Amino acid sequence: MQTLDLAATNLRDVNAALQQAETGTNESFEVINPRGSHAIAVGLDAPIEVFVRGSTGYYCAGMNQQATVNVVGSAGPGVAENMMSGKVVIEGDASQYAGATAHGGLLVIKGNASSRCGISMKGVDIVVHGNIGHMSAFMAQAGNLVVLGDAGDALGDSLYEANIFVRGKVKSLGADCIEKEMRAEHIEILSRLLRDADAAEDADPSEFRRYGSARKLYNFDIDNAGAY
Amino acid sequence: MDRTPPTHPVKPWTFDDYTNSYIRRAAATGIYDIRGGGAKRRVPHFDDLLFLGASMSRYPLEGYREKCETSVSLGTRYAKNPIELDIPITIAGMSFGALSGQAKEALGRGANAAGTSTTTGDGGMTPEERGHSNKLVYQYLPSRYGMNPNDLRKADAIEIVVGQGAKPGGGGMLLGQKISDRVAEMRTLPKGIDQRSACRHPDWTGPDDLEIKILELREITGWKVPIYVKVGGARPYFDTTLAVKAGADVVVLDGMQGGTAATQDVFIEHVGQPTLACIRPAVKALQDLDMHRKVQLVLSGGIRTGADVAKALALGADAVSIGTAALIALGDNDPALEEEYQKLGTTAGAYDDWHEGRDPAGITTQDPELAKRLDPVAAGRRLANYLRVMTLEAQTIARACGKNHVLNLEPEDLCALTVEAAAMTGVPLAGTSWIPGMGQGE
Repeated sequence: MQTLDLAATNLRDVNAALQQAETGTNESFEVINPRGSHAIAVGLDAPIEVFVRGSTGYYCAGMNQQATVNVVGSAGPGVAENMMSGKVVIEGDASQYAGATAHGGLLVIKGNASSRCGISMKGVDIVVHGNIGHMSAFMAQAGNLVVLGDAGDALGDSLYEANIFVRGKVKSLGADCIEKEMRAEHIEILSRLLRDADAAEDADPSEFRRYGSARKLYNFDIDNAGAY
Repeated sequence: MDRTPPTHPVKPWTFDDYTNSYIRRAAATGIYDIRGGGAKRRVPHFDDLLFLGASMSRYPLEGYREKCETSVSLGTRYAKNPIELDIPITIAGMSFGALSGQAKEALGRGANAAGTSTTTGDGGMTPEERGHSNKLVYQYLPSRYGMNPNDLRKADAIEIVVGQGAKPGGGGMLLGQKISDRVAEMRTLPKGIDQRSACRHPDWTGPDDLEIKILELREITGWKVPIYVKVGGARPYFDTTLAVKAGADVVVLDGMQGGTAATQDVFIEHVGQPTLACIRPAVKALQDLDMHRKVQLVLSGGIRTGADVAKALALGADAVSIGTAALIALGDNDPALEEEYQKLGTTAGAYDDWHEGRDPAGITTQDPELAKRLDPVAAGRRLANYLRVMTLEAQTIARACGKNHVLNLEPEDLCALTVEAAAMTGVPLAGTSWIPGMGQGE
């Protein structure tokens, strides 16, 4: 495992080393002394494994492709934003906008996630072991958000599509977000995600409820003027 | 027998025919009017300025013999690879989705021939667009539709869109008629829905966050390409200051005449400042930061002629950007299509229901049959011609003012025809040395 020390090396060089890892090398790296730095391990595009030993600032693992990034600490705003593929695991908590606009891959947050988790998500899978804050999955378009704990206000507000699975309480649902039937295919998705996120022993799919789009705001309708 | 002569019937100024039609439409539908384009109202504009030309104390350059340069570099502050343009006129951001594939191709062809850049829009980058544009600016919008790191790295510059002149504070809009299979797939949306994009970026708020977002984008792209920040004409002094503070290489400033594919009419006509009013505060901000000509300023919103280009540059812009004018050059609102515009309940020159996707010119549509009407090669040629004419006109004016580069034009070369234009631009009213408001703040 190659060690990159952010106390001794600047961010550009650390990211360049990670970004230059070639596809198929399966290299592993550890980044030490992150000390809340922003934009660590962004733009990766190879099946490498990265351990960030400590907490990170904004946008850790932004636009990730293929790589597995483990934050052994907590993550600042926008962790794994716009991720395309790969896996990002946060051992601690995540700040606002975790997984924002992400198209693919798996984001696992072992602690809690703050507000707007999964905002505008476009296909990513997100599993939060703890609770999530308000306005999570706002304007979500596709993907799955799994919450083992509770969800804050206005969950799934103005979402187009996406599955939201919550085991605990939901403080309130946002505009056009409703509870939906949990069918066999959803149980299958949920089981897989719990397994992939190391949460299968902590939670049973039958304990979750599913939320999604009522699809009433798909097209302008004067009867929905109050929601616009 | 009463023979009192009647007075002529008077329609109220306040409740004129248009206003009454607006009220009737609202009463019938219950929903606001949505349209494309920019502000249609008369606002102070470049026509309210004149160049002084050469005189006893200024000598002109010989046309055709003495060179007047037009090239411009954008992104010289931090980017390893600034964009080098042959002309100071770029093509503004317009999406595939709002425009047909043929129209996007034509824009690329025209821009290539004239040596300038085009810009993507809400909805991502298509391979065709990348293929037809030698220099392509990739917009980074609140919706992030189609955003991915591979396309980001293919871009020659990245434009973070904070605002747009037609709707500062508003998000994108694309109605169901134009959400075709391909557009829906690119945007990860269900087909046929009315798309209303977010108005704020999902993962940053304010200039301190923007600085970090710019850092992230630079780290992903290896600090190679310029990062533009586009703002609507809201608070140009502060917006420019904050964009520079956040680390922008280029500030793109879009006044209220700047167009949009679709937005509420009330937004277009009542929010934002005229383009003319935006320039001076933005240039002042750059000068106060000692960043004028170091962070480039690209101005857009109602640029139509070489004279407009020259006036924008003289006031301190480094380049301009055109959207609506480029579409007209392609064939939008062509009087030759009058019969078809009549069928749509409008007339050539007034057609603005771009969101409905029924454009008889094949430009603002996703209907394959309509889109086929636009020949991208011929339309691209028209755009190239138009860009060349504007460039020649700007050079003509610059030479007349004794400048060997269009960027050497300066406010001293101008006078204003109206008190309003003088106050907004900081150049004296014609025939006087009076600049209203001078010395009384911005």
